[in-house]
Amino acid sequence: MTEAEARGARLGDRYAVPSGWQVATLVGRRAESASAATLVLDVQGWPGHLAGQHLDLRLTAPDGYRAERSYSLASGPAEPGTGRVEVTVQRVRDGEVSPYLVDQFPLGSAIEVRGPIGGWFVWDPVRDAGTPVLLVAGGSGLVPVMAMVRARREAGDRTPFRLIYSVRTPEDRLYTDELERLAARGDGFDASTIFTRAVSLTALRGPRRLTDSELASWGWPAELEPRVYICGPTGFVEAVSRMVVAQGHDPARVRTERFGPAAG
Amino acid sequence: MTSATPPVPGGSDPAELDQDPGATLTPGFRGRARPEGVTLPPGQYAEEGFPVLSAGPTPNVSPATWSFAVTNEAGATKSWTWAELMALPQEAPTVDIHCVTRWSKFGTRWRGVSLDVLLAEVESTADFAMVGSYGGYTTNLPVADLLGGKAWIAHTFDGAPLHPEHGGPARLLVPHLYFWKSAKWVRSLTLMPTDRPGFWEKLGYHDLGDPWREQRYQGD
Repeated sequence: MTEAEARGARLGDRYAVPSGWQVATLVGRRAESASAATLVLDVQGWPGHLAGQHLDLRLTAPDGYRAERSYSLASGPAEPGTGRVEVTVQRVRDGEVSPYLVDQFPLGSAIEVRGPIGGWFVWDPVRDAGTPVLLVAGGSGLVPVMAMVRARREAGDRTPFRLIYSVRTPEDRLYTDELERLAARGDGFDASTIFTRAVSLTALRGPRRLTDSELASWGWPAELEPRVYICGPTGFVEAVSRMVVAQGHDPARVRTERFGPAAG
Repeated sequence: MTSATPPVPGGSDPAELDQDPGATLTPGFRGRARPEGVTLPPGQYAEEGFPVLSAGPTPNVSPATWSFAVTNEAGATKSWTWAELMALPQEAPTVDIHCVTRWSKFGTRWRGVSLDVLLAEVESTADFAMVGSYGGYTTNLPVADLLGGKAWIAHTFDGAPLHPEHGGPARLLVPHLYFWKSAKWVRSLTLMPTDRPGFWEKLGYHDLGDPWREQRYQGD
């Protein structure tokens, strides 16, 4: 991130965005919660991606009007040529695009895609293995972080991962069974989930936001110099990144991705 | 594939799509009512809020220690403290801003110092500049896009001191380019005879970033 690092060769070969739009086909849809669905897209010639990258979708209305949106890739790093990618879309109330994608977009129909995009909020099992990772996700901010968890699993990697997942209610959780299965493997992946609005009757912890001490006990101490990834709504990312830095983590090791008050 | 539209290498053909776009792409999608009285760059939507996008934690920068430095290609540096910046002629541009993440916000009101003022006495024949921020962010721009009433060091938004989340105490404001060029927490400008990529530009984003030509990514 320094001036010195900006000098010299472009990393463009690694992070170049394929030019132009290509047509993809919706080949599957899975409900992840009452308000979120995973779309399985068949993209011929998909060049592969890194966990944490996103793609752009372009929708076209009958009058030619087009809407474009970025969605985080949920699937692990596809090998070039497999052509299958997944995005998880959270329905935004009154959103222009997300309600259509979650509820209406018909199986077998076409949509334009472009990507993969982004090279900063990424975890690469080849490049980044060995350094402990702390993932902190708020709401649908879990999606790119889940791609990192899946990338680790697919690579058979044992880099120590800790995930802290903050979500409004138990019903809003994404990937619940898969996260439980992965944490039960005992191969160095731990997940802690907190609820901010409502909890089950048997919960030991009331609904509230992530606290400083929870972050400290479920995360990694700064002395371990973990890579930290924080993704979620702006307020969440601001609050958590302030806590992380106050606990002694070097801001240069903290990567954030923020979902603004988007129009969905 | 059940679609009648084959994949088009190198992107779709607008002329072909314009004939009957809804028939093959995203059936049933209508979109919002199109905004009236404003023109959106391609692929953008109108946003009423002010979303925040940053690559890392928000740095704490106090006006007491803030400074802004311009370095030319010979290495000569000219710098301003906060008080010196405030003593310069101030402008109050009202501009539309366009983020590469697709939101556009119309009629935003700022206050700050024109780069024309700050660069007026700087000796340079350089065509490019690297802008640097507290926290380590960088972005590259042509000098031509910083001069001629097109760019400011802005410290006030909507009548109030610029919030740290939005780049306070001061950010670069270059509204005619995608907003990642408007570096938050700005602290330096280094003039360069040849272009070099900044932070997002190294990660595949465009060196210029003109929203009207939809220059989002390298090669657009």
